Amino acid sequence: MKLQFTIEGGNFSNAGHAASEIKKMLKQLGIEARCIRNIVIAMYEAEVNVVAHAFEGQILVDIETDKITTEIIDKGPGIPDIELAMQEGYSTASKKVREMGFGAGMGLPNIKKNTDEFYIESTVNSGTTLKMINYF
Amino acid sequence: MKVSELVELLDLQVISGEKGLDREISGAYVSDLLSDVMGNALEDQVWITLQVHQNVMAIASLKDLAAVILVKGLQPHQSTIAHSKEEQIPLLSSSDSTFDLSGKLYELLKEKG
Ligand SMILES: Nc1ncnc2c1ncn2[C@@H]1O[C@H](COP(=O)(O)OP(=O)(O)OP(=O)(O)O)[C@@H](O)[C@H]1O
Ligand SMILES: [Mg+2]
Repeated sequence: MKLQFTIEGGNFSNAGHAASEIKKMLKQLGIEARCIRNIVIAMYEAEVNVVAHAFEGQILVDIETDKITTEIIDKGPGIPDIELAMQEGYSTASKKVREMGFGAGMGLPNIKKNTDEFYIESTVNSGTTLKMINYF
Repeated sequence: MKVSELVELLDLQVISGEKGLDREISGAYVSDLLSDVMGNALEDQVWITLQVHQNVMAIASLKDLAAVILVKGLQPHQSTIAHSKEEQIPLLSSSDSTFDLSGKLYELLKEKG
């Protein structure tokens, strides 16, 4: 089963929508609760990163019998140093975004912790693509 | 302990989400950093925070939290209230500071479980 969502950069009011839809769907499919929890954390963080740091993005979800694969593809500034960005506590979030409680620099580490496979590719001044796989 | 008992014992204001007051709580998590809550809060916990915008309810719903308590008498945004109603997750407010409220709640949970 394939699903697609659009993310609008800068629009925090809709952040978490895709994660919420996927959560409902996985529940209906009877996927194990612990597995759903992990996927929801990773999807939410990826979604919010597009909202906070990029201009626009697409989420492509593919649910198969044994796994869920999610790709988050954005147009945005890209990440110059991925290794640095992956470090807990590293953040370039704006003051406004930090005041809302985002910008702890925990999003990417949360994604890594809660996925079975995680790939990140980025081109400066073009965009970032995340691919994550969770096995049921 | 149920959310409704917390409301009574800690003298909390129920702002919205009354339908969720019957829910049993498993503990609490205190943080104003959203990714911290996303990564570390557990199902059925009560979340104590000073953040009042609607992303708080999105996280409470995604994490299956039992309720959100705003500190220092802070009032939520309208969109936060709407989201709380939709998700049937109680949005509560306390006049206490985070420190005082957490201390009281800690004592209560230790006593009553
Ligand atoms: N999609 C993206 N486009 C551009 N930069 C990004 C993107 N995702 C992450 N980054 C960069 O990596 C940094 C670390 O991301 P991470 O999600 O770990 O933390 P954060 O978003 O700053 O804060 P938090 O997730 O805790 O709210 C960001 O501050 C930003 O510089
Ligand atoms: Mg982030």
